[in-house]
Amino acid sequence: MTRKRRRLYVLLAAMACLGVATALVLSAFDDSLVFFYSPSDVVEKHIGPDRRIRIGGLVEPGSLSRQGTTVDFRVTDGAHTIPVTYQGALPDLFREGQGVVAEGRLEQGVFRATTVLAKHDEKYMPPEVADALKRSGHWNPEASGAARPQ
Amino acid sequence: MHRFANPARFMRLSAAVLPYVAAAAALTTLVGLYLALLVAPPDYQQGESVRIMYIHVPAAWMALMVYGAMALASAVGLVWRHPLAELAAREMAWIGAAFTLVCLVTGSLWGQPMWGTWWVWDARLTSVLILFFLYLGYLALAYAFDEPTRGARAAGILALVGVVNLPIIKFSVDWWNTLHQPASVVRMGGPAIAPSMLQPLLVMALAFFLYFVTVLLIRLRTALIERKIRALRLAEAERGAAPSMAAPA
Repeated sequence: MTRKRRRLYVLLAAMACLGVATALVLSAFDDSLVFFYSPSDVVEKHIGPDRRIRIGGLVEPGSLSRQGTTVDFRVTDGAHTIPVTYQGALPDLFREGQGVVAEGRLEQGVFRATTVLAKHDEKYMPPEVADALKRSGHWNPEASGAARPQ
Repeated sequence: MHRFANPARFMRLSAAVLPYVAAAAALTTLVGLYLALLVAPPDYQQGESVRIMYIHVPAAWMALMVYGAMALASAVGLVWRHPLAELAAREMAWIGAAFTLVCLVTGSLWGQPMWGTWWVWDARLTSVLILFFLYLGYLALAYAFDEPTRGARAAGILALVGVVNLPIIKFSVDWWNTLHQPASVVRMGGPAIAPSMLQPLLVMALAFFLYFVTVLLIRLRTALIERKIRALRLAEAERGAAPSMAAPA
C-alpha cells in the first residue's frame, strides 16, 4: 500500500511541476505566439517595412474599392486603421465588416498584402435569424470582432 | 473499481453491453447525420459549408476527451499497476489518434473555402497537430518494447506529460489571436450558436461518443484475448523446452 501511495505522490508532484513549468514557458512566449497584429499593435510597436507581418481586424465598412484585380480596403480594430492594397483572389467570406487577416509588408503607411485570409467569429445562425436581428435593430456588428483588444 | 477492472469480469460484462452500445451508436449516427445534413439550416455567413462543423467539432471534442481518458488510464496503470488500465490507455490512443486526424482533415477542408487556406500555423491548429503527434509518439513508444508492460509504462509517462497540451488547445483561441474562431459552444455567456444548429451538433457528439465506447470495448476484448494467447504460447514453449533442459542433468 505504501509503495502505491508513494507512486501516487510522486506522480502528483511531477504533474504540478510540469504545470508550473508550462505556465512559465507560455507566459514567457506571450507575444510571439500571436498569429497576427492588430492595427493598434502595429502603431505601438513601430513595425517597419523590413519585416513581413500579418495584420488582422475588421474590413472597415465603406472602405472597399476594386480596380481590375487590385483591391483596396482598410483594416480597423476600432482604435486604429491601416490601409491595405492587395492583388489577387479573395476568399468567399471576405466582405466589409467581416474579420480579415492579411500578410505582407507596411510600406509608407500602406500595407502591401501578398495573402488575404478571411476570419469568421464564433456566431452561427440561420439567415432568417440574422435578417430578423438586423430588422429589429439587435444586430451588433462590433461584437463580431476578429480583433479582440489585447 | 477494481471489481469491474478484473479481466474475466470485464469480458463477461462487455459481451453483454456491447450489442446495445453498438446499436445505440449506429442509431444516433443515422439520426445525427439526417439532422445535420438535411434538417439543420445553412449558416448566414458560411452557407452550406457549415455542415462540415457537424463532423469537425465532435471529432475535435473526442480528440481532447479521449486524450484525457487515456492519460487518466495511464496514471492508474502507473500508480496502481493495473493491467487493464494499461491496455485501455493503449487502445484509446489508436481511437484518439483517428479522431484527431479526422479533426485535422475536416478542418483543412473547411478552411480552404472559408478562410482561403488549407493550413496556417496559428496557435489552435499547431497545438492540435502536436496532439496528433503526441498520440503517434505514445503508440510508437507503447509498441517499442518486447515486454508490453514496460512499453505501457514508458508511453504512460509521455501521455501524462502531454496533458499540458489540453488546456493549451482549449484556450489557445482566447490567449492568443488566431485565424481559428473562438469557442462557439463551451464558452462564457452560453453557446453563440443557434439552437437549430446546436441540437444536431449535440446529437452528432453523442454519436461520436457512443462510437468511441463501441470501438474501445471491441479493441479491449481483442487485446485481452491476444494477451491470453500470448501467455498460453509462452507456457507451451516452456513446457516444450523443459525436458530438453532437464536432459543433461
